[in-house]
Amino acid sequence: MKKIAGVILTVSLILGVLVGCSEQQSSQVTETTPQQSTVSTDGSTSMEKVIGYLSEAYMEEKKDTKVTYNPTGSGAGIQAVSEGRCDIGLSSRDLKDEEKANLTGTVVAIDGIAVIVNNENPIENLSVEQIAKIYTGEISNWKEVGGDDQAIVLIGREAASGTRDGFESITKTTDKCKYTQELTSTGDVIQTVSSNPNAIGYASLASVKDSVKMIKVDNVSPSKETIQNGSYKIQRNFVLVTKTGSELSSAAKDFFEFATSSAADELIEKAGAIPVVR
Amino acid sequence: MRKSRLKVIEKLMNTFFMVCGIAALAFVIIITAFLLVSGIPAIKEICFVKFICGEVWKPTAAEPMYGILPFISTSVFGTLGAIIIGVPIGVLSAIYIAKAAPKKCGTALKSAVELLAGIPSVVYGLVGMIVIVPFVREIFNIPDGANLFSAIIVLSIMILPSVISVSETAIKAVPKEYEEGSLALGATKTETTFKIVVPAAKSGIMTSVVLGIGRAIGEAMAVMMVSGNASNMPKLFGSVRFLTTAVASEMSYSSGLHRDALFSIALVLFIFILIINLILNFGIKEKKR
Repeated sequence: MKKIAGVILTVSLILGVLVGCSEQQSSQVTETTPQQSTVSTDGSTSMEKVIGYLSEAYMEEKKDTKVTYNPTGSGAGIQAVSEGRCDIGLSSRDLKDEEKANLTGTVVAIDGIAVIVNNENPIENLSVEQIAKIYTGEISNWKEVGGDDQAIVLIGREAASGTRDGFESITKTTDKCKYTQELTSTGDVIQTVSSNPNAIGYASLASVKDSVKMIKVDNVSPSKETIQNGSYKIQRNFVLVTKTGSELSSAAKDFFEFATSSAADELIEKAGAIPVVR
Repeated sequence: MRKSRLKVIEKLMNTFFMVCGIAALAFVIIITAFLLVSGIPAIKEICFVKFICGEVWKPTAAEPMYGILPFISTSVFGTLGAIIIGVPIGVLSAIYIAKAAPKKCGTALKSAVELLAGIPSVVYGLVGMIVIVPFVREIFNIPDGANLFSAIIVLSIMILPSVISVSETAIKAVPKEYEEGSLALGATKTETTFKIVVPAAKSGIMTSVVLGIGRAIGEAMAVMMVSGNASNMPKLFGSVRFLTTAVASEMSYSSGLHRDALFSIALVLFIFILIINLILNFGIKEKKR
């Protein structure tokens, strides 16, 4: 009996301490909030760099505003904004028709997806159709597209990745790709392609360095100009998603205008994406 | 006066320790409950047989397929392979450290093993990705080195520390009289080690094997980097995906039933590890008897 009483006493004491903590915390929060307004963004992990550069520069200028970013993925970001859980949703794909019913998408930047091969690979150019055939397994040897007599090793990203979704929807190979490796980051893809002479992979243009070779697609090499004028085929939009008909908070509106103004172009390029032509 | 104060302190401390003890239990219960609650709905929705025995995993397709047989069999074969390679090496080096090695050499080896145990799994994965994968590709002359075989190599290295240290303790715990008796009867040192000491330490060595299995089946990061990660049925030189990596690689972007199914995979993995722990507990009980 005494023991039980002791347990109850201890538990209530501990709870008391915990409750005390939370009360203190909440009072602190209420003290700081009046001076600071928050803009919450939520969505595509591919947009991390772009939104990071934009929010950092913005916060430097407006000390009283805090821009938060929650990397959840395009789908989750779109859902979050439609449920009002964040101010601006981030999507690395265009909105679907049913999403357009109550959401508005504004293109903030363009992302080029580079198709990469090992530096030792003699291949320079592939058509979108050839790339699609390679990824669906119809073409399985490099000699069929003018390369060495070697089996092609297909490197891709995991299901539900934004880059994979972008690549597969552009090449019309959705759900048909026969990947040899499904890796979980752009860095892994580049590393794997750079260490395997038979490999082909895809990655955001900005992340690709000299360690691998970017091939031309339909005789167009990926670059800022070819992506802006649309001649390079494998590209996708980075979209800011807002709720149609409902007003943004003044801070969110200000940030939105900043992100879509020409002042943001330089930052977007620094972040490795391509600014839109206005 | 003083006595009663001491008594109160004693009581308070006692209850405090009890709360700490209960915390560990509470975490186990919370995690189990969480896995059951979040894992079962998807299994029900997909249908248990289709989920466990389905050979195709296509969660984002227009007609999603949620079959995890490839992952289950990969985990089983991968662990089996790691045991086949890792256990003989581990047990033999335990015998060497405990019985044959000169004192200095034994200490050095032991601290090396301890260091091996402390290396984070992502480092194993990185070394595997940069050294083992290209090596396997060139040695076997296959297009890609990221496959089940590379994963088995990495896993068998990773289970070495637990196999070696537990086996070594078991071998050292064999009473000296056994050995002396055997040597007095004219058996050589090697005969004594393999016919007397090892059988006497059998249950300890078995414990080390089960621990190794537990380590291998629960490893995610390292195998994710060397196994290729495509959801195929296991082939020694084919790209494969383990139960652990199936959860880890897709969790970040998934949503809806796909996400729930990942929790179900975690539940299956949890049941596997539960079974291994039960085996371990029974093994230890047998030893005590």
